[in-house]
Amino acid sequence: MSTKSDYRRMEGSITLAPLSEQIGSQRLSSELLTLNFGPHHPATHGVLRLLVTLDGEIVQDVKPIIGYVHTGIEKTAEDKAYWKVIPVVERMDYLAYYFNALAFCGAVETLLECEVPKRAQYLRVIHLELNRIMSHLVWLGTSALDLGAMSMFWYCFREREQILDLFEMSSGQRMHTRYFQVGGVIEDIPIGFAEKVREFTRIMPGRVDQYNDLLRRNEILLQRLRGTCPLDERTLLELGVTGPLLRAAGNPWDLRKAAPYSSYEDFDFKIPVGTVGDNYDRFAVRIAEMKESVKIIDQALDGLPEGPYITEDRKIALPPRHELATSMEALIHHFKLVTEGFRVPPGEVYYAIESPRGELGCFVRSDGSAKPARVHMRDPSFVNLQATAPMTRGAYIADLIATLAMLDPILGGVDR
Amino acid sequence: MPDQVGLELIATELGVVVPGSVRETAFFRGQASVWVEPAHVRAVLGALRERHGYRMLMSVHGVDYYPEEPRLGVHYELLDMARVDRIAVKLRVPVDQPQVESVTPDWPTANHQEREIYDMFGVVFDGHPDLRRILMPEDYEGHPQRRDFPLGGEPVLFTHNDPSSPGWTR
Repeated sequence: MSTKSDYRRMEGSITLAPLSEQIGSQRLSSELLTLNFGPHHPATHGVLRLLVTLDGEIVQDVKPIIGYVHTGIEKTAEDKAYWKVIPVVERMDYLAYYFNALAFCGAVETLLECEVPKRAQYLRVIHLELNRIMSHLVWLGTSALDLGAMSMFWYCFREREQILDLFEMSSGQRMHTRYFQVGGVIEDIPIGFAEKVREFTRIMPGRVDQYNDLLRRNEILLQRLRGTCPLDERTLLELGVTGPLLRAAGNPWDLRKAAPYSSYEDFDFKIPVGTVGDNYDRFAVRIAEMKESVKIIDQALDGLPEGPYITEDRKIALPPRHELATSMEALIHHFKLVTEGFRVPPGEVYYAIESPRGELGCFVRSDGSAKPARVHMRDPSFVNLQATAPMTRGAYIADLIATLAMLDPILGGVDR
Repeated sequence: MPDQVGLELIATELGVVVPGSVRETAFFRGQASVWVEPAHVRAVLGALRERHGYRMLMSVHGVDYYPEEPRLGVHYELLDMARVDRIAVKLRVPVDQPQVESVTPDWPTANHQEREIYDMFGVVFDGHPDLRRILMPEDYEGHPQRRDFPLGGEPVLFTHNDPSSPGWTR
């Protein structure tokens, strides 16, 4: 009995006046809270740790702490023959393995001055754009999950499965396919592959519309994304941010258009751009990019030229299997390539391509031997991560989650 | 990319604007690069930004030129988005005096990348706001990307060879 009256007296003594004040106002901001966010947190999309300084619910500062999945891939690459580096670098940004492989192969091809056959370039484009859609699907599924839309995850992974099956068909692997080789691709596409890709490109635009219908007018999603954490183009450029994040702020910079590589100049596609650079623009740009990628794949299949799928230069690419039985030279070339690998003239090049997250540059230095003297990947996630703090300063912690999702960092690429 | 003539013109002008800054130029596989004195790198990058329109610093990365001397190299990949033009600024410093002026105050994008070079090669960037290790643990000794750092030379700690293990499993 007395307990209850004690409770009532205590209850009456509570004043709610401070709570009715604006959050972040001078009176409540006297105490800051430092929160350790990650490294194991589902919303960090990997092993990312953030030290968040909070004032109530307002983010005052964010310090990313990385290195938890540093595996020394760049160091490992220095100990391998050039063609054996490809599977290692593919594991950096694990959602964009074709891009990692192309950045490295492109740099080595530049050093070798090796011409890639047109058919190989088109096959590369088909796989690159499938990979771009796949990467964006994982981004969309996990981001929507962060924002509370559970079913999007399953829808996105349904289409992703279809793409992975296509990768399996052309290379035997679903991830880290090792399909791109220096000088071309490892194998021509199998019979029936083109039809399967057509089947995918036929349904994919409709599926993108479905995602859009589910999310674009969803009040919860709009509240979380529209107008939150914008960053202007100027600051983004200073921070070196590229890719969908920069395009969302209205800068149509895309290396596929600006400095075409691998025959991208042959295809007709648009660059989606945003206007204000908030989270909604980042979301909308990526959704629109998926549709453009489908267009590129269709055009590449339409115009797929006949011819070799890898360079005919026997000093770089393995000779075809049937030659080994009849030609002594082929046997010698095969032996040299498999045991030592090919030698690359000394020099250093930087080769940049447009990955799903921005400019993926590969720096390769050769000292004339069969192993690279230095391989460095300018990974877009690593550079873009620096924009977290300027984007989220002054925003709510819930917006930090949304921003991190829209930033789309892949920690395998950040830490390498 | 500027062609070979354009590169020479830029290098000559840099030598006038920042006296004594340019060491040599290199034009390889259609890619232009200027080798500069480490002390002048910030001024050179500033001049390239103001006078030639290279407004984006796309990449900063380190290289170990072992066994050549001076060993450590730092490369800056600049980009001009309007003309779709790239140029690389490169410098070399010796291992026993690896000081390079930080460009982070001018180019915020260099922040993490310079920290990575410090971590991996031991190049010290003077004037960097927060020069700490970034990928390796904070108490790590050595700079693993150097060419004389052994590959796989670090023993993996299990319970049987961990000196701090209390030995319950022994």
